[in-house]
Amino acid sequence: MTVEPGRREAPGDPASTMSEAVNQAIDQAMADDPDVFVIGEDIEDPIGGVMKGTKGLSTKYGRERVRNTPISEQAIVGAAIGASLVGMRPIAEVMLMDFFAVAMDQVANHAAKLRYMSGGRTNVPITLRTAVGGGRQFGAQHSQSLEAWMMHIPGLKVVVPSTPREAKGLLYSCIFDDDPCIFMETMSLLFTRGPVPPGRFEIPLGVADVKRAGDDVTVVTWGWQVPEALAAADALSAEGTSVEVVDVRTLVPLDKDTILASGSRTGRVLVVHAATEFAGPGAEIASMVSHDLFGRLSAPVERLGAAYSPVPYAAELEKLHYPDRDRIAERIRALARPG
Amino acid sequence: MTTSAGGTKPTDNGTRGPAVDAALRIFKTMRTIRSTEERITAGLNSGEFRMTYYGVRGQEAIPAAICEHLRRDDYMVTTYRGIHDCIAKGVPLDELVAEMCGKATGTSKGKGGPMHLSDPKSGLMVTTGVVGGGLPIAVGLALSSKLRGTDQVTVVNFGDGATSIGATHEACNLAALWEVPVVFVCQHNRYGEHTRFADFTRTVSLADRFRGYGMEARTVDGNSVPAMDEAAGEAIGRARAGGGPTFLECMTYRLGGHTFGSTTEYMDPAEFAEAEADEPVARYRRWLVQERGIGEAVLDEIERDVVARVDAAVVQAKASAPPAPDELLTDVFSDRGAGPG
Repeated sequence: MTVEPGRREAPGDPASTMSEAVNQAIDQAMADDPDVFVIGEDIEDPIGGVMKGTKGLSTKYGRERVRNTPISEQAIVGAAIGASLVGMRPIAEVMLMDFFAVAMDQVANHAAKLRYMSGGRTNVPITLRTAVGGGRQFGAQHSQSLEAWMMHIPGLKVVVPSTPREAKGLLYSCIFDDDPCIFMETMSLLFTRGPVPPGRFEIPLGVADVKRAGDDVTVVTWGWQVPEALAAADALSAEGTSVEVVDVRTLVPLDKDTILASGSRTGRVLVVHAATEFAGPGAEIASMVSHDLFGRLSAPVERLGAAYSPVPYAAELEKLHYPDRDRIAERIRALARPG
Repeated sequence: MTTSAGGTKPTDNGTRGPAVDAALRIFKTMRTIRSTEERITAGLNSGEFRMTYYGVRGQEAIPAAICEHLRRDDYMVTTYRGIHDCIAKGVPLDELVAEMCGKATGTSKGKGGPMHLSDPKSGLMVTTGVVGGGLPIAVGLALSSKLRGTDQVTVVNFGDGATSIGATHEACNLAALWEVPVVFVCQHNRYGEHTRFADFTRTVSLADRFRGYGMEARTVDGNSVPAMDEAAGEAIGRARAGGGPTFLECMTYRLGGHTFGSTTEYMDPAEFAEAEADEPVARYRRWLVQERGIGEAVLDEIERDVVARVDAAVVQAKASAPPAPDELLTDVFSDRGAGPG
C-alpha cells in the first residue's frame, strides 16, 4: 500500500491523550489495510484494552480483526509472528512490559531472528504494543522499563514515544514497518493530553527530536523521563544554565547524528532513563558519545538511571528508585559546573 | 512394536492406503529422506563435512503421508529434527543440503543452518531450534488463512518432548478457541532429547491429554503409511473445510540418539531392535509389493534414482561458495545492511 506523507504538527490540532492517539493510529491503519489486525488480552469492547488503546475498535471493525486472547503471551506473540510471515501486519498487545518475560522466546528467538535465519526469505512485520509502569506503586513486577533487553537482541526495533502526537505518528510507522517493533507506551504519560494531528499521520523511525534547545548541557532521554528532563531544564534556566533535551524516540534505530551534534555543541552530556542504570541503554549511548566526541567534551559523559534494585512498592522508596526532575537538575548542575 | 498407549502392532490393511500414483510418490519421498540422512551421516563420519545433525531415521512415513494431502501453498512449521518434513514439503534438495553445509546457495544463504531451514516458496515457513516454539507461530499462520478467507491449512510438527513446554499448551488452547485450520502433528518418537517418555510424564495417551483443549485428537501408527494417510487426510480435510484443529499423536520411534554422535546407552536395546525391525521405509516397501503389487524392480529403480539425486545435491553443496563477508550484516533489518543506528 501507499502511505501518504504525514503532515507536521499544526496549531489548533485537537488535544488527545496518548491512549487516544494510539487508538487513532490503529484505527487509521486498520482502515488503510485489511491485513492489519489486533490481538491481545481484554482488547475487545467493552474493555477496549486495559489502557483503552483499542477502545471502540472491535465494535467498528468486528471481533475477527480485533481479537481477545487468553492470558497467553507466548501464543499472542507467536500468533502475530505466524500471520506476519505471510504478509499480514498484526498488532499484538502485551499488557505490561514485565510480561514480556514469559514471551521472550517468541520475541528474541523468533521475531527478531526469522528474517536473518531465512536469509531474507521471510520477515516479521509485527508491532508489539506494551504499557510500561513506573511511579505508580505497582510494585516490582508491573513497573519495569526493559528496553535494554530488546535493544540487545539484533533484529528488534524499539520505540518509546513521549507525547500523544509522537505516539500516533510512530505507532503508524511501526505498523507499516517491515521489521518487528516493540512499542512502549509509558503509563504515566498515557492519559496526559497534547495536540494530535487528525487523519493519517506518521513519524519516521530513527529520527530523534530536540524537545528543547540549549547551549550548556545536553540531556539525552526518552519516554516518561522526557517531561522530567524538561522540568529540570526549566528549573536550570532560572539559574542561568541552558539545557538541551534530546528525545531519542526510537532506541533502535538510534539517531546517533542528532545526539552527537548536540553533544559536540554543548560538550556536556547526561543520559537519563527509567531503566536500571547498570548495564542500561545509557551505557551504550554514553560509550558512543565518549568515543565519537573524544577531545571535544568538557566533562565525562554522565548517566542517571534507576537504582540497582527491583522496583519497590512504598511510594517513598519508589521515588528514590527512579530518576526525577530534582535529581536530574542536581546532576545537570554538577555537570555544568566549570572545571 | 508396543506403544506407550498400550496398543499392539497394527497390520497395514491392503484395502486402505493411497492409490498407486500417490503410493509411489510417498515411497520416493521416504527414500529421499532416508538416503539424505544416510549420505549426511556418512559424510559426518568420514569428516567430509561438518554440521549439527538431528536424525529422523524411523520417522519418514509421517511427513511423507501427510504431504500427499497438502498443497504447495499450505504452510508447514517444523523443528531442528525436521529434514524429513522439509523434504516432504518440497524444499529443493540442492538448497536444503547446501544450507546444512553453510553455503551461499542454501535456502538461507548459509545463515540459518540445519536447525533453521525455511523456504516459503514450498510453504515450509519456519524451522525452529526451540522445542515447542513453532506451535504458536503455526496458530498465527492458520489465523491468516481464516482472516483472509482462504482454505490453506497449516501443519506443525514437533516431538513428544514438546508436550511438556508451555508454548505448546498456549498454542493448542488458542487454536481450539479460534477454530483455526491447523493440524498439530506430534511425532511421538519416545524420547525428549535423552529422556524416555515415561520418565518425563505420567500421561499415557497424549491424544487424551490434548483432546481436553476441545479439539479432535487421535493416536495413529506413525510407522504405517496407510494409517497416516487416512488420519492425515481426515485432519487436513477437516481443517480445510473450516472444522478447526486436530491433534495427531503419531507413534513412531527415534532410531538413533538425540543428535549425530550422541549416545544411545539410555535406550533399551531390545526395544530398539524391535523398532528397527518395524522401521517404516522397509515396512512400506513390503506393503507396496505385497498389497499394491508393485514390482521390486520398480522400487529398486526409484531407490537408485534417489541415491543419485542425493549424491548430486551433496556434490553441488560442496562445490558452492560460503556466503560473502557482507552477508554478515545483511538481513538483520529490512533496509539492506542497516544496523542499530
